[in-house]
Amino acid sequence: MAARHIAPDTPELRERWGKFAFDAETKAKADWHIAKYPEGRQKSATMPLLDLAQRQVGRETDTQGWLPLPVIEYVAAFLDQPVIRVLEVATFYTMYNLEPVGKFHVQVCGTTPCMLRGSDDIIAACKKRGMKSGHVSDDGLWSFTEVECMGNCATAPMVQINDDNYEDLTAERLDAVLDALAKGETPKAGTQEPGRRTSEPANALSSLKEMVTENHDYRGEW
Amino acid sequence: MLEDKDRIFTNVYGFQPWKLDAARMRGDWDDTKGLLAKSQDDIIEEIKASGLRGRGGAGFPTGMKWSFMPKESKDGRPSFLVINADESEPGSCKDREIIRHDPHKLIEGALCAGYAMRARAAYIYIRGEYIREAEVLQAAIDEAYEAGLIGNNASGTGYDFDVFMHRGAGAYICGEETAMIESLEGKKGQPRLKPPFPAGAGLYGCPTTVNNVESIAVVPTILRRGAAWFSSFGRENNKGTKLFQISGHVNKPCVVEEAMSITFEELIEKHCGGIRGGWDNLLAVIPGGSSVPLVPAEQIRHAIMDFDGLKELGSGLGTAGVIVMDKSTDIVRAISRLSYFYKHESCGQCTPCREGTGWMWRVMTRLEKGDAELEEIDMLYQVTKQVEGHTICALGDAAAWPIQGLLKHFRPEIERRINERHAAMQEAAE
Repeated sequence: MAARHIAPDTPELRERWGKFAFDAETKAKADWHIAKYPEGRQKSATMPLLDLAQRQVGRETDTQGWLPLPVIEYVAAFLDQPVIRVLEVATFYTMYNLEPVGKFHVQVCGTTPCMLRGSDDIIAACKKRGMKSGHVSDDGLWSFTEVECMGNCATAPMVQINDDNYEDLTAERLDAVLDALAKGETPKAGTQEPGRRTSEPANALSSLKEMVTENHDYRGEW
Repeated sequence: MLEDKDRIFTNVYGFQPWKLDAARMRGDWDDTKGLLAKSQDDIIEEIKASGLRGRGGAGFPTGMKWSFMPKESKDGRPSFLVINADESEPGSCKDREIIRHDPHKLIEGALCAGYAMRARAAYIYIRGEYIREAEVLQAAIDEAYEAGLIGNNASGTGYDFDVFMHRGAGAYICGEETAMIESLEGKKGQPRLKPPFPAGAGLYGCPTTVNNVESIAVVPTILRRGAAWFSSFGRENNKGTKLFQISGHVNKPCVVEEAMSITFEELIEKHCGGIRGGWDNLLAVIPGGSSVPLVPAEQIRHAIMDFDGLKELGSGLGTAGVIVMDKSTDIVRAISRLSYFYKHESCGQCTPCREGTGWMWRVMTRLEKGDAELEEIDMLYQVTKQVEGHTICALGDAAAWPIQGLLKHFRPEIERRINERHAAMQEAAE
């Protein structure tokens, strides 16, 4: 099991987050999520609402966001659930940050398929820039986590930074991405391999060549 | 080699837009009403006849799974289809390509499958880390609603069918069907005991079938082209086409749709530009995602890539996530890293798994460096046997099998490391 603990429940935490409430945008999205589930099954919306709450905290703190205990309590009240039912969900799933993170949460996949393609170099490049697990860099920009398989194995190694993936990395390509983010730019997401579109054999397409230039309809050949 | 005209996922690389109008030009949503003019049982029979086996790893016959669903609701409970898009098995990256590049195949498949099993709605459970993919999928669902393809009187069939997306939040275990149902209900994703099976009491206590994304997304094409077409690919009991995902030490890692029962060598040579450093440099392959035992180089080269072919080699097709390792690989570390994965992802419910995965990982880290006694190899094997088969779900088995595969094929390598370290320690002492 992943070892996960909530941030201490201190007066300062209560002071900062005790008055947390969904803003209009989040509230509308929360209601939309709840409506996806049958009447009386609003508990099913626990996960999407925790995600929304984390994102709102992120907007308020200019970070990727996290879940202070008072925010978790707010979500529980919103769904008319006991706090423990929501808290146990927040601690079970690893995408809920239980402690503050930086503006950019650099999540490097280190599982075997990425490891075989050089994720050690990617992790080393992050550490060289002063990133370390469970620590926000002094400038507030960077948090680092080595995560488990992200499902980008054919374009390994990869990192996920906030909502985007950067794939086919080398240490140099990662540095370029991180430098761009630090400067406030938006680097191209997805594969960083020149000439590669997504998960096709890079620059050596072995099938479906017609699709490159036209939205080919193969039905005529059936 | 499979011809392009017989590939189901023609936009798998995303060269063309995923949007509804583009998908329609490729043949999706073409007279869906006509497909559903057949009776539910006829559709199930067609899928049975196609030989489609579940694409999520276990390979259970899809048509048979659907036939377990009740034909009528005696007590008013609705039935649900849950689509498993919680793709988290190391080595697997196919559902992602379907969702972000061909989402309408999945949504149309949801309607066809849902109709056949008499479900009221489908919930697509997509892993939380697929953030951009989830955005595409939701947008595609919205498009389908707007066009009247799903929802009330879906595609003009008179049948009401809703499709909802539910995002996970980073838990491998939610790919297990009952854990997925728990998670959909807003709980921790801890698997349920079976029975009751989901077809009797699943989501919200209602009859539920959980199918993998690929299993569902191929359904409309099978119905259009017929069971005989689909079953013309692959050997008996291993029919159809399949998305293979090749990662690791090949020259061109990729996702590619191929006919089942293709040989490993052909798959690698045709699509992956060969093994890095040539075939003599191949060490071992994990052919079906991290949960299946590895196969050494000499056995895999001519192996037939299907359920039965890989089972004969003591491994499995799993999700067809093929992880290739050349001779530069520290094979003990490669498996040890998987042990860490399973330790991290154990849900903590069953003691053999919760404690065993951590124990196995700690021993594996020592074996990496040879910091162990020779007897501990057998002890580790015994522990894998104590975990395997003694847990509610298959995560315990999945944690045990990679280690068993390593011990079976690379025991001399582990012994060499232990002996070398002992010799070095002895030398240092003298």
